[in-house]
Amino acid sequence: MDADAPFLRFWAAFRENRIALVALAVIVAIALLAVLAPLIAPQDPYDLGRLVLSDARRPPGHVGSGGYVHWLGTDAQGRDLFSAILYGLRISVLIGVAAGIVAFVIGATMGATAAFAGGRSEMLIMRFVDLQLSLPAILLALVLAAVLGQGRLQMIAALVAAQYAYFARTAHGAAATERAKDYVEAALSTPLPARTVLFRHILPNCLPPLIVVATVQVANAIALEATLSFLGVGLPVTEPSLGMLIANGFQYLLSGRYWISIYPGVALIILIVAINLVGDQVRDQLNPRLKR
Amino acid sequence: MLGFLIQRFLQAIVVLVVIAALVFLGVFAIGNPIDVLISPDATQQIRLDTIARYGLDQPLWQQYLAFLGRLAQGDLGRSFVFNMPVLDLVLSRLPATLELTLAAVAGATLLGVPLGMFAGYRPHSKVAKLLMGLSILGFSVPTFWIGLVLILVFAVSLGWLPAGGRGETVTVLGVEWSFLTLDGLKHLLLPAVNLSLFKLAMMMRLARAGTREIVLTDTVKFARASGQSEWTILRHHVLPLISIPIVTVFGLEFGSTLAFAVVTETIFSWPGLGKLIIESIQSLDRPVMVAYLMLVACLFIVINFLIDLAYAALDPRIRARR
Repeated sequence: MDADAPFLRFWAAFRENRIALVALAVIVAIALLAVLAPLIAPQDPYDLGRLVLSDARRPPGHVGSGGYVHWLGTDAQGRDLFSAILYGLRISVLIGVAAGIVAFVIGATMGATAAFAGGRSEMLIMRFVDLQLSLPAILLALVLAAVLGQGRLQMIAALVAAQYAYFARTAHGAAATERAKDYVEAALSTPLPARTVLFRHILPNCLPPLIVVATVQVANAIALEATLSFLGVGLPVTEPSLGMLIANGFQYLLSGRYWISIYPGVALIILIVAINLVGDQVRDQLNPRLKR
Repeated sequence: MLGFLIQRFLQAIVVLVVIAALVFLGVFAIGNPIDVLISPDATQQIRLDTIARYGLDQPLWQQYLAFLGRLAQGDLGRSFVFNMPVLDLVLSRLPATLELTLAAVAGATLLGVPLGMFAGYRPHSKVAKLLMGLSILGFSVPTFWIGLVLILVFAVSLGWLPAGGRGETVTVLGVEWSFLTLDGLKHLLLPAVNLSLFKLAMMMRLARAGTREIVLTDTVKFARASGQSEWTILRHHVLPLISIPIVTVFGLEFGSTLAFAVVTETIFSWPGLGKLIIESIQSLDRPVMVAYLMLVACLFIVINFLIDLAYAALDPRIRARR
């Protein structure tokens, strides 16, 4: 049997949902924009020498002193908003994906280990996870971000701490089901170390629900980071993510200069909506209860 | 039932001690405890007095026990910024937040469940697809940005509703409430809508997912075969079955709405707990942070307890087990 067959079958079903396909294309495009930002952006928004104050707070379509059109307007420092958004996307995507991956690894390992080990350690780990799940993620992230201080790594740590529990719960549920199956008994009866059975045999079979959680959690991580940065407890001023761009524009919103806050928000929403649409389709495809 | 209550009460105490330990570790041990207790502009003499008084020269475990002891007596210290006992401060801000949160969660549930049930009952209709598309939007758009758009549209452009504050309040039972005056309601509307959109999307999706699965089950097939009307089936068979996950999520979301009120209150200058915690984080008013966290933990325990009671009322299987 071809090893790629499950993936190809999955892709064939995925392709049938046009909306999900478009969303996937949007994600790829945004990822490219974020990676290639220095090449695409008309201006390096954080090269302070290039900023001209007379360009500040200009509406969309204004032709600035740089000789090019500011399609999305400029902010209070005279930055081209389009460029600032591209650079902001870089930071938002990087933080969101990094936090998602770390939370995935820690959470999946914890949950699967708990299910595999059983007994008292399982109870202890899962009680702790449940306790944490009953507290809202934003609260944990808020407090941690406040205690740890500002910075990229601190931000990722706060997001991971707020999110790994979702992976742990899901992995635990899936692994507990797998643990009872015959192939695990068979693998355990061989001289393979328990660790190998857990990571090579059980975990791969727990992947489908974990992937669904992962898409949702990356979107959540991006939104959470933006929220914390908006509240002023997220990234430092030197790391202007989308949330901070929106926060900077807030004070100008009341005087009708909407674009400074609104456009970075639109970019953020397009990204998150696209991820959630793809996640939705993946969930529908992986949910055995909806098969008719 | 009494045994159950006692068991839950003991569990709650264990959870509170664990949370107190985490809060203690997070705010006191990782942060510099001297910053926590003394305002930065205090004199050297005050510093030394306070260090001795709070036993900061003692080993950590002794400090923790002392912290627990003060906690048990309801002594959470004084706020540097407001110079009043933090417990009083936090409690005085609680009603505003509860009012906002309740309005948001109740609105989201009353509107979201029927819409979601419809979308699950007719999953392929245009309206259902539109509702689901909107719910993804409500799910994805960050609360703070919706708040900005609401202010931009309804306060700045149209000028219909105020952009911030609580408006005129009426004092009932010694507590000020906004929802009892027209002006207060006007002030409440935008923040409540802002806070509820995410929950509305969630309730809709949850109700839809539950309904979709349940209308395919034998329960519904038999009910149809017995000649009951579709309306009766939805009300008497589907709604009770989907209500269990909805009650869980309602409870959990009530808590998370309480936390998300931080964002909405900041944007709409709503003078509740959330605004207080953000201000105290920014001004390093750590006793307020500790008090806030402990209060939220207590609220969560109460909420979880109420969910368990609701479960027992809704699910005959759980009721039978006790």
